[in-house]
Amino acid sequence: MDFYGEVVSLTFKVVGKSIPRIDGLIKASGEAQYAFDLEIPGMLWAKLVRSTIAHGIIKKIDYSEALKVKGVVAVVTGKDLPYKLGIYVGDRDVLAVDRVLWYGQPVVAVVADSLEAAEEAAEKVVVEYEPLPAVLDPEEALKPDAPLLHPKLGEYRRAPGFNPIPGTNIASKYELKKGDPEKAFKEADVVIENKFKAPMVSHVYLETMNVIAWYHRDGTIEIWSSAQSPFAVRYLMSASLGIPLHKIIIHRPFIGGGFGGKAGLNLEPLVALLSKHAGYRPVRLLLSREENFYIAPVRTGIIAYIKTGARKDGRIIAHDSTYIFDSGGYADYAVNVARAAWYKCTGPYDIPNVHCISMAVYTNKVYATAFRGFGHMEFHWAVERQLDILAHELGIDPLEIRLKNALLPGKGVLPTGEKLREDAGRLDQCLIEAAKAIDWGKPPEKPKEPWKVRGKGIAALYKGPAEPPNAAASAIVKFNEDGSVDVLVGTTDYGQGTITSLAQIVAEELGLPIEKVHVRFYLDTDANAYTWQTVGSRSTFQDGNAVLMAARDAKRKILEIASQVLHVRPENLELRDEKVCVKGEPWECVSLQEVVFGYTYPNGHTVGGPVIGVGYHMPERRTYLDPTTGRAPDGSPGAPTIFITFGAQAVEIELDLLTGKVEILRYAGAFDIGKAINPLLVKGQIYGGAVMAMSLGLFEELKYGKDGRLLNPNLTDYKVARAGDIPKKMIPIIIENPQADGPYGARGLAENVMIALPAAIANAIYNATGVNIYEMPMTPENILKAIKEQKPELIEKAKKALMEYLEKKG
Amino acid sequence: MKITLTVNGKKYEVDVKPNETLLDVLRDKIGIKSVKAGCWRGECGICTVLLDGKPVKSCLVLAAEADGSEIVTVEGLMKDGRLAPLQKAFIEHGAIQCGFCTSAFVLTAHWLLSRNPNVTREEVIEAINGLICRCTGYEQIIEAILAAAKYYKK
Ligand code: FES
Ligand code: FES
Repeated sequence: MDFYGEVVSLTFKVVGKSIPRIDGLIKASGEAQYAFDLEIPGMLWAKLVRSTIAHGIIKKIDYSEALKVKGVVAVVTGKDLPYKLGIYVGDRDVLAVDRVLWYGQPVVAVVADSLEAAEEAAEKVVVEYEPLPAVLDPEEALKPDAPLLHPKLGEYRRAPGFNPIPGTNIASKYELKKGDPEKAFKEADVVIENKFKAPMVSHVYLETMNVIAWYHRDGTIEIWSSAQSPFAVRYLMSASLGIPLHKIIIHRPFIGGGFGGKAGLNLEPLVALLSKHAGYRPVRLLLSREENFYIAPVRTGIIAYIKTGARKDGRIIAHDSTYIFDSGGYADYAVNVARAAWYKCTGPYDIPNVHCISMAVYTNKVYATAFRGFGHMEFHWAVERQLDILAHELGIDPLEIRLKNALLPGKGVLPTGEKLREDAGRLDQCLIEAAKAIDWGKPPEKPKEPWKVRGKGIAALYKGPAEPPNAAASAIVKFNEDGSVDVLVGTTDYGQGTITSLAQIVAEELGLPIEKVHVRFYLDTDANAYTWQTVGSRSTFQDGNAVLMAARDAKRKILEIASQVLHVRPENLELRDEKVCVKGEPWECVSLQEVVFGYTYPNGHTVGGPVIGVGYHMPERRTYLDPTTGRAPDGSPGAPTIFITFGAQAVEIELDLLTGKVEILRYAGAFDIGKAINPLLVKGQIYGGAVMAMSLGLFEELKYGKDGRLLNPNLTDYKVARAGDIPKKMIPIIIENPQADGPYGARGLAENVMIALPAAIANAIYNATGVNIYEMPMTPENILKAIKEQKPELIEKAKKALMEYLEKKG
Repeated sequence: MKITLTVNGKKYEVDVKPNETLLDVLRDKIGIKSVKAGCWRGECGICTVLLDGKPVKSCLVLAAEADGSEIVTVEGLMKDGRLAPLQKAFIEHGAIQCGFCTSAFVLTAHWLLSRNPNVTREEVIEAINGLICRCTGYEQIIEAILAAAKYYKK
């Protein structure tokens, strides 16, 4: 039986319906348990001592006074924990060993029987450093005389396809070429070159990082963690500590937000080892918000150079870009962020001649990791701004230039040489729909206050999951005695709505009411089905396909049992409304409940047994990429992603020329997701992502002093969007061109809703003022600065308008 | 010192330290974990509870100051295990994603609608502006609160 089945022609009972999230009740009632809420009797508390310099050698650590504090159980330093961590490059210390790489890096851990005692003792630890020159800017870090953060870079373990350059600060570097860009630039009618920047930012998930770990005497480790990808935590711990996988059990309760910030391995190995050092007692580490700012990984910053060559009619014929991602002190996910930006470097456009370099560069700041969008917001900021600048130069409408160059299904060729599949999403439809929704082409209404101006902007995007070609998902669908099912998956739903969508898929396939489908909320790695990670908007597609296959497997088993009872071949039976009936004779049935645990005849003889369906999803025909060419190792086109979700984001803004403040009057986001399994939850992603993206675009930036010290480690100085900041009107647009191998045709969405919005805002600012913004965030100060540099007369005019307005008012 | 708190209608006598916050007492001594924390310094608002009917950030209130007061947490809005209209509206309107902020928004909205069931969108925004939700973009929270308002009209 083909488990993918038909895609388009089905009518659905549960899939496609706006069912409220199945974990809504337990969350609304306050019962949902987060890692933050858990306690283990007798657990100890850990507190970390952080580096007070940005770069230097640890000379001496004196914790004799700390040991004297009542209640202290253990004090542990980096030397006690001789392991190297890292998902793609094994460069990370559990606690700094002989060198600190950023201001705030954990150096010593204190374990005590209360948080107060641990805090008191931590303050008594004295660390002596020999400071080294620090480098905070990734471009500076590339210079030959820059201080080197990882002199042993060449000795670290690394995953295939990653490319650290020993003797430099380059954690990984990639290059690709398509066509003949040198020649094409010569033939272009216009060539423009620009530099764009975006800073490092914080995820600000509301539940700060926290872990409870218990190293048992039998060598088993149990961990309760606010982690997105429990199976990755387990795998990476096993690989770096040399402990077999089955000896590590990760318990993942509800998670108070993640957004990529909790994607990998973070504090778990540290707390596990502290538990061992504290005599095999459970230990908890809970970061305060300030500690979270200093210690937990952040989003990469970018410096992007783009050169574009185009013909007069707006057709782009050459693209050359260099993306320099700020990785902070360790490589973590940043090296894969740079990689994802590399193989998608052109943005969603079909450009025949391309040369791209992308790299992740070490600097003396906290390390960078995944962040919803995975580098795509950063490089789309550059690509989508560049495209508008080109459009203005050529006198072409920004919507038109995008339509002219859009990657289209069955035709477009990606930078790696891969042709876009025929059933890929339609960028042209996304662009047209988003533009229509904000009345593109019609000039905005005049603002009431004459010192304000309005403008419209649009930007396009594309992204697929950045994962290895064998990143699997699996699922188990387990029937219960009463005909209800338990579904075991490996993915984490920290708000995206995945488990509700997965329940809908199972209900649809098995003809069950959604109430009879239970997807396990709390995950344990020794009980749930495996999935690689919860990242990259992969869950609906991959875990969705896995549950679909598992449900179909269960169905096959049910029909086999029913076949023996009804004396018809399985293919002549159908399963619906919790009954198995003979096709064409719907009165010849047996109830689901009668067969899912085996059918018992009146005399007691029983056939069949408990029905359990299993399923998996493995990326198909995906390849590794050669970091020097972007092609597969055998030289054929590189195929990195299982799907690409296209989208377009359009805004109408109002800008106050006197204060520099931007307000979004209308926002429209259109995304081709193949099939919305649950439109209500899809809408939630579109709204939530828009506001987060707006917040990043307008407000957010981790600010560092010259000494490398973070200047805004709190939610007063680090501003995130509040209800009063959101767009006046948001218009979500779902486009459904199904992909044959997606579950019911669906593709992922949760990251794509972020990617192009900041560029759309900046494009609208240009539309309103003729001023180009090159740097995020677009704070009022930064906008005013750009206006003063490029069009100071606007401010004078606005001042005059204000005076006249006040006079008129009397 | 000993203080008395009435939490969701039930009386508790607890021993507290002078520097202990209401947040810590509710979570660690009384065991009400629906009250969350995201900053411990009055910035995120997700530790909000109702103190004598008014929303307060429990991380900023010393337990000693709350002596003798009446506290309502999200459990206190429910009746016989049944959800209050606001809780239902939050679920139905997609106003919950990770759920970490939900109690704080529901309690704040309850206070708002109890005083003024005829709220406008602007008034809702003003009332919840002190709270951070990083997931939902606030839109569906606003919709849920406006939709639940009808249950507060006499
Ligand atoms: S924890 Fe109280 S305001 Fe953030
Ligand atoms: S739902 Fe996650 S913070 Fe509000």
